[in-house]
Amino acid sequence: MDYATLLQILDTTVRFATPLLLACLAGLFSERSGIFDIGLEGKMLMAGMASGAVAALSGSVWIGLLAGIGGSVLFSIVHGLASITFRGNQLISGVALNFVASGATVLVAQSLFHQGGRTPPLTGDARFNPVTLPFVDTLREVPLIGPFYAEVISGHSFLVYAAFVAVPLTWWALYRTRFGLRLRAVGENPESVDTAGVSVIRLRYTAVMITGILCGMAGAYMATGLQAGFGKEMTAGRGYIALAALIFAKWRPWYALMATLLFGFFQALALRPDVIEGTFGMAIPVPALDALPYILTVIVLAGFVGRAIPPRAGGQPYVKER
Amino acid sequence: MTLMKQFLGAAATLALFTGAAFADPALIYDLGGKFDKSFNEAAYTGAKKWVDETGGSYKELEMQSEAQREQALRRLAESGANPIVMTGFAFGDVLNTVAPDYPDTKFAIIDMVVDQPNVRSVVFTEEQGSFLVGMMAAQASKTGTVGFIGGMDIPLIRKFACGYVQGVKAVNPDAKVIQNMTGTTPSAWNDPVKGSELTKAQISQGADVIYAAAGGTGIGVLQTAADEGILSIGVDSNQNYLHPGKVLTSMLKRVDNAVYEAFKAGDTLETGIHVMDLKAEGVGYALDDDNAALITDEMKATVDAAAAKIIAGEITVHDYMSDNTCPVE
Repeated sequence: MDYATLLQILDTTVRFATPLLLACLAGLFSERSGIFDIGLEGKMLMAGMASGAVAALSGSVWIGLLAGIGGSVLFSIVHGLASITFRGNQLISGVALNFVASGATVLVAQSLFHQGGRTPPLTGDARFNPVTLPFVDTLREVPLIGPFYAEVISGHSFLVYAAFVAVPLTWWALYRTRFGLRLRAVGENPESVDTAGVSVIRLRYTAVMITGILCGMAGAYMATGLQAGFGKEMTAGRGYIALAALIFAKWRPWYALMATLLFGFFQALALRPDVIEGTFGMAIPVPALDALPYILTVIVLAGFVGRAIPPRAGGQPYVKER
Repeated sequence: MTLMKQFLGAAATLALFTGAAFADPALIYDLGGKFDKSFNEAAYTGAKKWVDETGGSYKELEMQSEAQREQALRRLAESGANPIVMTGFAFGDVLNTVAPDYPDTKFAIIDMVVDQPNVRSVVFTEEQGSFLVGMMAAQASKTGTVGFIGGMDIPLIRKFACGYVQGVKAVNPDAKVIQNMTGTTPSAWNDPVKGSELTKAQISQGADVIYAAAGGTGIGVLQTAADEGILSIGVDSNQNYLHPGKVLTSMLKRVDNAVYEAFKAGDTLETGIHVMDLKAEGVGYALDDDNAALITDEMKATVDAAAAKIIAGEITVHDYMSDNTCPVE
């Protein structure tokens, strides 16, 4: 494997990892506050459809992004209502929302555009176009780092950089702010937060909203950044891979970055059977590489690589003592 | 009592009679969905053509999950629909068990052979159509490297790939064909993001014409090919219009004709294996205003000559599904 091929695979890795990373951070906020969310997939789908549709209608990808976030946040509110206000089962609410999203996105897109549940192909300003970072041309001549900067780091759409910036922001918010402390506490021991006079309900709603915003960005990236429009079931299970990454990352932001990049790398590698054969001297079946993220997650869950302990109050609706 | 019996009998006969007289045909779409701009949509086009011509009506159903197949078939058969047409190989096993239970209903299955007396099995010679677009690809390619992106890794898609490679090699024996499959689960038909990345990976390996036989995933392939300035080849329906001037051609699989013929035949549908080959205009390549500028007279002449030879039996295109191997890589 030569350097140019490696760069190309890393470039693909970044594109594959970005929706996973955004969804993983989204899940992190929700689960850290004690609300399990397996509806990441549905939120991404909803955001993809909303952003694709509105970008096509308005001709502006930014309005599309807002609409995508709006669609995703709407689902978050429903999830919040079901699992926070009405204290329903969080897993069931998440599964239900996934099913609703799968059907509703196609239905809405079909009735709007009559293109078989797709949104019309986007062109020009209705899509996120690649951003060329400064100094690409001057740095390109620098050995090793130059091509890496030009090929892998530069040339992605805005949302990719937003996703990577979201990692330190999440870390800072979670570990360096009062809000973060309370958020972590509410996921571990909501009674103590309540005793301190902080509203558990409001904290959890805030967390679920942030989840909606991040999932909205993930869906919008897929529909308007990676693709030129929404297509039926286009998330193809990435919401679930993001959940696996979240467990693999043990609910920590920097680990989430590593986990999603690793999973993205496996997916990118799976596209190049020729490279695998050339590097390892034997052919690894593509399905084996596709399954690797899940296998790794099971290994982590089984406790072979440290221990993955979910937030203690996760999955339990909070009931104030009467 | 006897009067009652007679009355009931008459009513039953009447019910049966009306049932037979108003037996609407039915069409079941596979998981790709009715408007996949490809395989299932072609079936819809055929049904629509029949409606426009006869003014009749038909029942239709879209599969949402694997588990629904048997129930859907039985429901339609019991409602009196005749004939029932279904798109997709995945119905094969289910139909094999359901068909004997409804001997008076005619079934037609596309892309699969089901050996039952009341079933018409429509098979297409995709290898011949793919052979032709392979020849196109090899002639349009400047780098001598072309690509193939399949959907789910099943023998049917390998049949497309094998015919394509044979066509490419027939024009340029030294050409390199990069082959990728999107996945091994049904979600491989609806993953345009992965389709895009596969396209980019193939471009980086030098491919400048890419043939997508991947359902909804193919939308991503065609999009990225257009964005990156290389040519793509569509499949099943004519997809040239998706990116005018960027899609070299489309391998046509006339599922619409198959559905139209079945609907037209009604309950007199002939059963058995029905082969839609190049000769029967079951497969072919698309030429319209959108790709006219891309296809030179020379290319067209070469491909048409090969098509004539295939029809005459002078060229035999190997069918992957006959022995599950492909003579060329």
